[in-house]
Amino acid sequence: MKHVKVLGPGCKRCQATADMVHAEAAKLGIDIGLEKVTDYAAIAGYGIAATPGVVIDGKIVHAGGLPKPEDIAKWLQEE
Amino acid sequence: MSTAALKHRHADNAAVWIAGAAGFIVLWFIVYARLAPLSEWIVSLFPLARASRSGDAAVFFVFETPKVLMLLTLVVFAMGMVRSFFSPERTRAFLAGKREGLGNIAAAGLGTVTPFCSCSAVPMFLGFVSAGVPLGVTFSFLIAAPMVNEVALGLLFALIGWKVALVYLAFGLGVAIVAGWVIGRLHLEGWLEQWVRDMRTGVAQIPSIRLTTIDRVKAGIEAVKDIVGKVWMWVAVGIAAGALIHGYVPTGLLASIMGRGAWWSVPVAVVLGIPMYSNAAGIIPVVQALLSKGAALGTSLAFMMSVIALSFPEMIILRKVLSVRLIAVFVGVVGAGILAVGFLFNAIF
Repeated sequence: MKHVKVLGPGCKRCQATADMVHAEAAKLGIDIGLEKVTDYAAIAGYGIAATPGVVIDGKIVHAGGLPKPEDIAKWLQEE
Repeated sequence: MSTAALKHRHADNAAVWIAGAAGFIVLWFIVYARLAPLSEWIVSLFPLARASRSGDAAVFFVFETPKVLMLLTLVVFAMGMVRSFFSPERTRAFLAGKREGLGNIAAAGLGTVTPFCSCSAVPMFLGFVSAGVPLGVTFSFLIAAPMVNEVALGLLFALIGWKVALVYLAFGLGVAIVAGWVIGRLHLEGWLEQWVRDMRTGVAQIPSIRLTTIDRVKAGIEAVKDIVGKVWMWVAVGIAAGALIHGYVPTGLLASIMGRGAWWSVPVAVVLGIPMYSNAAGIIPVVQALLSKGAALGTSLAFMMSVIALSFPEMIILRKVLSVRLIAVFVGVVGAGILAVGFLFNAIF
């Protein structure tokens, strides 16, 4: 199972990003556990400067703006 | 697929994209050139006397709305492409450890082109400060980013003219640079919330994705969908309000209360602008109408800057990382800068 974290204070884009991750994972049949990190200190702790951010298995793969669905698919399939 | 075939497909794609973009721009100009007669014709379909006040207001609305939205689309598209060259992480890396002065200038400039969303303001603030960007430099960025944006510039250009748009750009940057520098000189780092001061985090390495020209064109289209899709309603409402002012408010009425002679109107405009929360899209059409009825340019600009740059919702968001005292200094310094712009303009023009 992949652990995905969506970093963002709860704005519309962050929710959209979380929804996209769910949709892509379901499409690919990948089992994920998604956690939304909304605490400002925790978000800043990842060292990113723009939200939404995406962290997969502890690795930051994206920061700032809506990610593209095909990129999400790529990140989820990476080992 | 062989590499040759792949290359061919890419070339095809690029050609299609370029042809599409060129076709769109040609179509844009054809429609734009015919907007005035088109709007007269549309209004003539309604039972309105063209020479009446309501006729005036209707023509203004029917002509200005598509005109402004078309120009805005073009500006937002271009800025969307420009923004694809910048990212908050790269901007932060560039500003980290920069000295005050030059750092403030760079921060304000980058604030206008770095992708920014107001919901990202706090994470960005924390990300900047914790990575070693000086507080004053961070403020220059955070003041410029929302104030000098493509929607404000595009609308000013479309409704009032390129000179005023340029002036707004220059003075918006000026306020951001000077206000950030002043905040830096005051050494207010101690006024940050305690947990913010204690935070020293690393800088994340985010794998960068190489963008092709097509990707950048797509980024421009995305920006149009996103921004114009969001603000078109505000633009329409703003122009409707402007149309009413145009049709019904007698010329010169505002000269006495918002004119150059009334010096007190500048501070009043700034104070009135703080609780008002509107984006540039709604406020600029109204400002344009006010200008045409005798309001002074400086007073109008001050009002607009105050509405856009100083807003209660933003302060409430910033309260999570800044103490009340620091927010008060922020409002005071930025407000003073806007005040100065207002007075200066009324004196010059």
